[in-house]
Amino acid sequence: MIDKKIIEEHNLTLEEYEKIVELIGRAPNITELGIFSLMWSEHCSYKSSKIHLKKFPVTGKNVIQGPGENAGVIDIGDGLAAVFKIESHNHPSYIEPYQGAATGIGGILRDIFTMGARPIALLDSLRFGPLSKPKNKSIMEGVVSGIAGYGNSIGVPTVGGDIYFNNCYSLNPLVNVFALGIAEKDKIFYAKAEGIGNPVLYVGSKTGRDGIHGATMASAEFDQDSEKKRPNVQVGDPFKEKLLVEACLEVMAKNIIVGIQDMGAAGLTCSTTEMAANSGAGIEINLDLVPQREEGMTPYEMMLSESQERMLIVAKKDKIKEVQQIFLKWDLDAVIIGHVTEGGRLKVKFEGETVVDLPVDAIINLCPVYERESKVPSYLKSETIAKPLPSPKNYNKTLLKLLSSATIAEKEWVYRQYDHTVQVNTAFLPGADASVLRIKNTKKALALTLDGNSLYSYLDPRTGGKIAVAEACRNLACVGAKPVGVTNCLNLGNPEKPEIMWQFKEVVEGVAQACRAFNIPVTGGNVSFYNDTEAISIYPSPVLGVVGIVDDVSKAVSPGFKKEGDSVILLGENKEELGGSEYLKCVFNMEKGIPPQIDLQEEKKIQEFCLEAISLSLIESAHDVSEGGLSISVAECSLLSPQRIGFCLDLQDDIHRDALLFGETQSRIVVSCSNQKSKKLLDRAKKRKVKATILGKTGGDRIIISHCGKKIIDIPVNEAYNTWKEAIPDIFRIK
Amino acid sequence: MAKLKFGVVIFPGSNCDYDTYYALKEVCKQNTTFLWHKEHDLKNVDCIVLPGGFSYGDYLRSGSIAAFSPLMQEVKEFALNGGLVLGICNGFQVLLELGLLPGAMLRNKNLKFLCQFVYIRVDNNKTPFSHRAKTGQVLKIPIAHFDGNYFARPETVQEIKNNSQIVFRYSDAEGQISDEANVNGSVESIAGLINKAGNVMGMMPHPERASELLLSSEDGRIIFESIIANLS
Repeated sequence: MIDKKIIEEHNLTLEEYEKIVELIGRAPNITELGIFSLMWSEHCSYKSSKIHLKKFPVTGKNVIQGPGENAGVIDIGDGLAAVFKIESHNHPSYIEPYQGAATGIGGILRDIFTMGARPIALLDSLRFGPLSKPKNKSIMEGVVSGIAGYGNSIGVPTVGGDIYFNNCYSLNPLVNVFALGIAEKDKIFYAKAEGIGNPVLYVGSKTGRDGIHGATMASAEFDQDSEKKRPNVQVGDPFKEKLLVEACLEVMAKNIIVGIQDMGAAGLTCSTTEMAANSGAGIEINLDLVPQREEGMTPYEMMLSESQERMLIVAKKDKIKEVQQIFLKWDLDAVIIGHVTEGGRLKVKFEGETVVDLPVDAIINLCPVYERESKVPSYLKSETIAKPLPSPKNYNKTLLKLLSSATIAEKEWVYRQYDHTVQVNTAFLPGADASVLRIKNTKKALALTLDGNSLYSYLDPRTGGKIAVAEACRNLACVGAKPVGVTNCLNLGNPEKPEIMWQFKEVVEGVAQACRAFNIPVTGGNVSFYNDTEAISIYPSPVLGVVGIVDDVSKAVSPGFKKEGDSVILLGENKEELGGSEYLKCVFNMEKGIPPQIDLQEEKKIQEFCLEAISLSLIESAHDVSEGGLSISVAECSLLSPQRIGFCLDLQDDIHRDALLFGETQSRIVVSCSNQKSKKLLDRAKKRKVKATILGKTGGDRIIISHCGKKIIDIPVNEAYNTWKEAIPDIFRIK
Repeated sequence: MAKLKFGVVIFPGSNCDYDTYYALKEVCKQNTTFLWHKEHDLKNVDCIVLPGGFSYGDYLRSGSIAAFSPLMQEVKEFALNGGLVLGICNGFQVLLELGLLPGAMLRNKNLKFLCQFVYIRVDNNKTPFSHRAKTGQVLKIPIAHFDGNYFARPETVQEIKNNSQIVFRYSDAEGQISDEANVNGSVESIAGLINKAGNVMGMMPHPERASELLLSSEDGRIIFESIIANLS
């Protein structure tokens, strides 16, 4: 008997339950209720976000597949397509950091190869609480080693990403994982169950009781008992998935299957219903045939299990032997568990009885959609800076302090644990503005980046959303890549709280505006709500993944200075903006103020100019100005140069020194340029109406910055380097 | 000059098989074929490469299960008859498990997976795998492993040294050996080791990942070029 308590335990409202009864014309049994609870969960249904996400531009001439499939697909020329997507695995990573992160990698990779693409890159955006707390350190260690454990084994390089630290992530870390694969553009596979009578195959790992209710877990707030949910987190097996990748790609190359879907969140339930719904057909399966690793599993448990490394395939009726042969070669189960039917129903049999008989349309398409109430958060009023702040007495110390802040410091401790050179495509090692991967047998390269400063989004969600897109595109421009597609992961708190809903709507608006301005389509993504633990919500945290193309990889530009005596030139304008900066956070422990504002047209102009300068081989290095401001950006150009070339600048702007050095004004790129080319660069900038200012020269072994002739920073490059490089290892060193 | 035939073995879980194939076929322009672990056919190759990766997930011990693959009987025979066998990373671990090379691998000294460019110094250039390099030459090649901390008993190490079996040692850019440069903690900073007969070599660094300038170094190619010159 389904009662109120059971409905609540399934995270459904009474109204939703009544709607289910109305849709199916009777009360559901417990297995059917379980199916609805998964597919109508926020995680699977996007019921709170759907209507807002319509604001995103999703079309473009190179879009092969927009949102709605396992991943987005973009035409990248030469008969090839880039298949990419970002997903969150926040909740499981808090409960069980290693496995939570590892299965996140497994899940996102399945989304990519399910579409017929060989995964070639992983990136991840991580957000943790401050590392001064041991718990946060252990979460970070677990997450990093989980990503490494899965990605390294399966042989997909983890080539980039970003990491931020903030108190709001102490009880709710974020693990957003991005993967990209390459496929032949006319050989993309979709999750469809076509051809009445075609066999439905179950391939991969056996089904166990792990991960039951994973998707519902991701759709509720956490409390102090969330540790108890540890058994809900699945355990990953990268070796099994490696076999699956190879077997699936081999099957796909042979044109013997009709459709394929991975069993990620919501397992058998999601894969069967989605495949049927996508082609207006039905599916009938027999659970007795499902390979099981535990005895006595009920239909409820089997339908809701989130055991990893499983796929569902609809094969061509006459090719079934060939399909099974390939899976056998890779020592994998490939069992016929059912077939495609007419009539659009999901029928599930178990021990001779029909245990599920539901219309797939109701499960997939008729989930209620909510326009939830929204309200401007009250905290916004109190987050302004009341009085003028004292300027630093010793700018050298301030610069070093910022270089050692975990958000800015060198992340080698992290990326050294990730195999980032496997697959022999990695043209730029981690640390560059964007990851650059050559595309074999072409002159081209793909450039990838993830971005999202959540402090800006907390203080002004719309601006934060815009900047996330703008900065990602700016990172691409710095290496010489033109953006071609976007995927995004929007991480927020409980959408049933009006203030959170307001943040969400604003972030979406900002992201949408920026994508339109840059004319890049959103091809998919993920919304992760309910990132609240013990009533503390995270800052609204949009993470933007942008894919770009470098036409000629030999022209790609890295951020480090290349030689002594080059001119250091700033593209863009310094303004007096200090709000939301890493400087305020580090020095004054203040997360306040108006974040930097952004003019999207101005931003676009700067980026286009940077691309032009790179295509004409006018510049030696390019690096964007972001956290830490101008001084940190130029310092990084020195620290990222293999010879660690110093520099000497004299800034002339008539603005407060703290804002000039550490303010995070947008639309700025620091480039270096050999002397014989600097005039040409400046002339061209003038023609394009881009402000370009010579700040000084590279050379020597010191970091020297003056303001209107007065020296305010002067430190040896080596000291800055050691501070920056050792900050994170120091935190983790066993003392 | 007739092209040589290289065979790259694929175990379940190998993940540098395509990279090695690419370096040999596309960069070094050699005839290259894959060898499937379940078969017993070496396809008349001139040189066998066991690639890197996580064969069988490395679940029991790195390389241990792969050593029992059907094809390994033929590989062993091929090696005992003087055929050239190169094991890279996981391939090195498999060679140790097969008993074709002495010693064993421990977890890296910092207990973490390590992916980075390292410098290795050529200690013995009188091998088919290193003769194109000069003794003392320093190569920049990346590593990517969890278990690369080479270990052998003192008497074995002595024997290895007496026989000049150490081909490569971790060093700094100038060729100096130090604890700091020995990133994974290997005995005697061993990065590459050859058998007594001089036809089977294992190395932890990945030469296939350093065979093109685009990939930050082309120093690794000298190893493939040595093999090619030796067999031609």
